[in-house]
Amino acid sequence: MVSNKTTDKKATAQHPRLKEFLFSTRRFLKNPLTIIGLVIILGFTVIAIFAPLLAPPENPDNPYKIPHTGWKTEPSPPSKEHPLGTLPQQYDILYGIIWGTRSAFRIGFLVVLANMLIGIFLGSIAGYFGGWVDEVIMRITDIFYSIPYLVMAMALVIAIGRGLKSIIIVLIILGWPTYTRILRSEILVVREKDFMQAARASGASHLRIILKHVLPNTIYSVLIVASMNIGITVLYAAALSFLGLGADTGYADWGQMVSKCRNYIVGPADNRLGFWYVVFTPGFVLALFVLGWNLLGDAARDVFDPKMRRR
Amino acid sequence: MTENLIDIRALKKYYPVKGGVFKRHVADVKAVDGVNLEIKKGECLGLVGESGCGKTTLGKTILRLHDATSGRIYYDRSRSVVEEAEDGFNSDNPSEVRRSIELLKKIDMTRLKGKGLAAMRKKIQIVFQDPSNSLNPRMLVKSIISEPIVTQHLVKARELEGRVVELLSTVGMANEHMMRYPHEFSGGQRQRIAIARALATNPEFVMMDEPTSALDVSVQAQILNLLMNLQENFKLTYLFVTHHLLVVKYISNRIAVMYLGRIVELSATKELFEKPFHPYTKALLSAIPIPDPETGREKIILSGDVPNPIDPPPGCRFHPRCKYIKDMCREIEPELENADSDHLVACHRWKEI
Repeated sequence: MVSNKTTDKKATAQHPRLKEFLFSTRRFLKNPLTIIGLVIILGFTVIAIFAPLLAPPENPDNPYKIPHTGWKTEPSPPSKEHPLGTLPQQYDILYGIIWGTRSAFRIGFLVVLANMLIGIFLGSIAGYFGGWVDEVIMRITDIFYSIPYLVMAMALVIAIGRGLKSIIIVLIILGWPTYTRILRSEILVVREKDFMQAARASGASHLRIILKHVLPNTIYSVLIVASMNIGITVLYAAALSFLGLGADTGYADWGQMVSKCRNYIVGPADNRLGFWYVVFTPGFVLALFVLGWNLLGDAARDVFDPKMRRR
Repeated sequence: MTENLIDIRALKKYYPVKGGVFKRHVADVKAVDGVNLEIKKGECLGLVGESGCGKTTLGKTILRLHDATSGRIYYDRSRSVVEEAEDGFNSDNPSEVRRSIELLKKIDMTRLKGKGLAAMRKKIQIVFQDPSNSLNPRMLVKSIISEPIVTQHLVKARELEGRVVELLSTVGMANEHMMRYPHEFSGGQRQRIAIARALATNPEFVMMDEPTSALDVSVQAQILNLLMNLQENFKLTYLFVTHHLLVVKYISNRIAVMYLGRIVELSATKELFEKPFHPYTKALLSAIPIPDPETGREKIILSGDVPNPIDPPPGCRFHPRCKYIKDMCREIEPELENADSDHLVACHRWKEI
């Protein structure tokens, strides 16, 4: 009887969902690479949040406009005034990187979140109901897959009109098929399990079955891919910006900054690496951002993937 | 004579086989092919047969987890109502047929939709074979058991927990098990949870889809005894699907033997084991191992495999494997006929063999 009571106490002291969460967190933090990824992304988050303090904007209404001191076309090397140097036309790199972090988060989160919502909606309908609905949705994703991603993105951005907003819209239009496919294939596995039939036998509605039984058992692979894709999406947006389809000159966006320096990748004949800072700094920051999300994505897989979990 | 709880008439379940680029309908897998079966109130009817003979499909069709291709299932209807509907349906007069179809829309379970079906779900439940597959791994035991109660709006939210505790104790588990996940339990305990879920709506009929075959032998007996106690306490009717003959011998009042989508023999348990008529039943019974090496016994070894249910043999379905075969077996399909009091058999030659 006494032992019974103590287990009772334990059970009330720690809700099983909390226990599960703590277990996941412990697993999550076991891997040193996870810590590195977490530190990188937390660092970027802090920079994004405290951007107005780290780099006070000249015009608070338009903080994404990088201030510039002069019209000299050649970039200037790091100095006291410009700790990371300047871009052509004297745009301050440090300011661009700090406010560019906000742009990067905005692009990554907006695009991936929208993609995920569309993908979850279409994927669960296709996988759960099957039949011709499935056929139609999956053939549409096939069409999307058959067109080269970047080429299609370029064409669409040009059609809508260039700019960061268009890039976000286009990446949302093009990104959802991945999530739809992954979720559908996961659902096909779960659909045949007996607990789905048991839920049906107890009279549960389709919506309830999808929300309570299907998604909790399938959503994790979508979340894993999403966390990895945040970095990659920002990279794609930067690629489009680099091709000249992104924001206007002077807008705080890493892709735009790299694009601005296209002519200064190689320095003058007597000093080939003279302008290293204009390409290296925004590029390095971009790579670090992508790396951070990839490490987090890996960690998410370690925690959520049922094959790597204990059961 | 006890009333029938479930009356199955000419039930068929075909799975279409699609082929070619255009997914044309090429053939049918005849999983259940014209089954007539009565399940009496309060009995445990055992349904035995080889793998793939359609016994689970039959059970799941009764539960409407699969939709029947054709046939009628009557649930808790008096004999006269059933006969009236059947007579009308089978009559030659088109207006009578039409009238009976109107009637069937109300009383035939295979035609129920929406609210009528949802109300039906309350009365019939299922326990699956493998509890590690039939319990959602991401749900707490409490949510698993309360799901049927919640979806059927059976008790108020305040009373829900009490009801779950009550159900857990009926299957021999404690309320501290409520806040755990299925993977924290042993196979037997998980099956108890599945049974508690099946009982949550106070059903009248529970289909047991091989509930013991995924369990350890030592646990099987416990679960069987639990099921028998529950049947007595809650006045349940069981359809017990299994391929394990000794299990049905222990738990069932009557046994139906299925072969390739059809019932070939149906009788009280004791009689079936003492005096089987159908050659297939004889072969099945002779395959039960006897735990005594001294007793030699003639085993009937069936030659060949179960024929493909896409294209079952004409005449008696068992004839390619039967050693008593005669010409008529190849041509005429035998119907279930009364061989002894309430002992039905579908064989042309049961008298001689």
